Amino acid sequence: MKPGSRAFTRGVKISLWPLCLAPFVVLGLSAFGLFGLDLGANPVEALLHGLGKWGLKFLLITLAITPLRRWTGWNWLISFRRLLGLFAFFYLVMHFTVYFVLDQTLDVAAVTEDILERPYITLGMTALAMLVPLALTSTRGMMRRLGGRWKKIHWLIYPAAVLGVWHFYWQVKLDTLEPTLYAAILALLLGTRLWYRRKRRLARQNLSDAVHPAR
Amino acid sequence: MLIKKHQDIRPSEITDEAVYMNRRAFMRRAGIAGAGLAASHPALALVAKSDSATGKRLEDVRESGYTTDRPPNSWEDVTTYNNFYEFGTGKSDPSENAGDFRTRPWEVEISGECARPGTFALDDILAPHALEERIYRLRCVEAWSMVIPWVGFPLGDLLKRFEPNSTAKFVKFKTLYDPGQMPGQRRRILDWPYVEGLTMAEAMHPLAIMAVGVYGRVLPNQNGAPLRLVVPWKYGFKSIKSIVSIEFTRTQPLNSWQRSIPHEYGFYANVNPNVDHPRWSQARERVIGSGLFAEKQPTQMFNGYGEQVSHLYEGLDLRRNY
Repeated sequence: MKPGSRAFTRGVKISLWPLCLAPFVVLGLSAFGLFGLDLGANPVEALLHGLGKWGLKFLLITLAITPLRRWTGWNWLISFRRLLGLFAFFYLVMHFTVYFVLDQTLDVAAVTEDILERPYITLGMTALAMLVPLALTSTRGMMRRLGGRWKKIHWLIYPAAVLGVWHFYWQVKLDTLEPTLYAAILALLLGTRLWYRRKRRLARQNLSDAVHPAR
Repeated sequence: MLIKKHQDIRPSEITDEAVYMNRRAFMRRAGIAGAGLAASHPALALVAKSDSATGKRLEDVRESGYTTDRPPNSWEDVTTYNNFYEFGTGKSDPSENAGDFRTRPWEVEISGECARPGTFALDDILAPHALEERIYRLRCVEAWSMVIPWVGFPLGDLLKRFEPNSTAKFVKFKTLYDPGQMPGQRRRILDWPYVEGLTMAEAMHPLAIMAVGVYGRVLPNQNGAPLRLVVPWKYGFKSIKSIVSIEFTRTQPLNSWQRSIPHEYGFYANVNPNVDHPRWSQARERVIGSGLFAEKQPTQMFNGYGEQVSHLYEGLDLRRNY
């Protein structure tokens, strides 16, 4: 099975599904105390934080695909980006669902107040809202229909990731070690893109200098 | 009326020991079964290592009559969901890291504006005081709450023994500083050692106690052994743990959280549903142990102890003095 072949892509995708769902399944089983699993004294908080952090992890993994592809030359990696991105969206939607249904017990007034008055929640909601059009336009058909605009829309993943990590950072009471780690990884992933763009621009410039040498 | 006189309740009746011991035994077995998974999942790690200091049963604990209308949280909740940054900032860190903490020998230094300063062995600190059970609500500044059956004695009774003079306006407490034993202190998250303080009037209030036990047993290390403060009408962070120093001062002590983030945490830190934390609401609280689908409950002014303590704050702007 050659990387990039249809069979290979299919095989990897089939094995990615259970891997990506595993944290959700473990959290779900723990929430109901099954198989001796347990979320501790505050299960709502454990679910909320668990889902949010997994959402951010998948977002970072999705953002790692392109730099990894450029670095290794494994262009076939791109075939898994959509799946990973949609799992990020899934975890973040579940994060919001637990917040709305279990934490706030469907209290619309309280949620509205939170979104309007608590800056870290405003950030998180904005990030999630930015991901909605990305999920909706993730199909092959939408890609074809949108053409060049597709790339522009999907650029939103960058601000969404920044706001998402910021939301995590702002929520933490005092010990910011963990969100700082997420922020550092995000900075690295975004940084490699800037570095790559600069390198390509310089290369293009050199090329044009070679074709049209200064007189 | 939330403080009820319950003459017929005994410490042993709150949660039958066999019930929670059985649960612990089950959890241990589950922990062994899930040991492979434990490393990858924090909740599982907690299960596997929940076998920390259970504590000896305390003798001669009187009933005090202080109780609540809500049943106490389980031993498991009380001893595995803790904020004790000296042992780590995660809720399960203290129960995982405090197991080997040495609470004997233990000394408490009494200093400042009083007639009888000195350094006293813990046993001398405790000796004259009869132990009583106080079932109190605990409201954390993070908007969750528990009910805990403490064992202790009035703080005022302890302080009076050292004869504070008339210039003593505040009491300042310090936690042990020992990064060798307290791994959380190896990172400068707060300015160690942890410092807390009360006004003299607050400290002498009969609701303020020094606790040495919970559920009729010696206080587990993660709950602040061997000696901790409990001030039920204030946010939990005021109730300083593992105390080694008590100082009578003329000026208001700068407590650790205020020092760290002054616009979020003040000196008084009275439970107040009308004054929100800058980042989250204090109007409601999640009741620990109420399950996955329980609604948050409204937070009460002074955590429901207003009738007893509101006179301490007459004329004080509680919005500014948060």
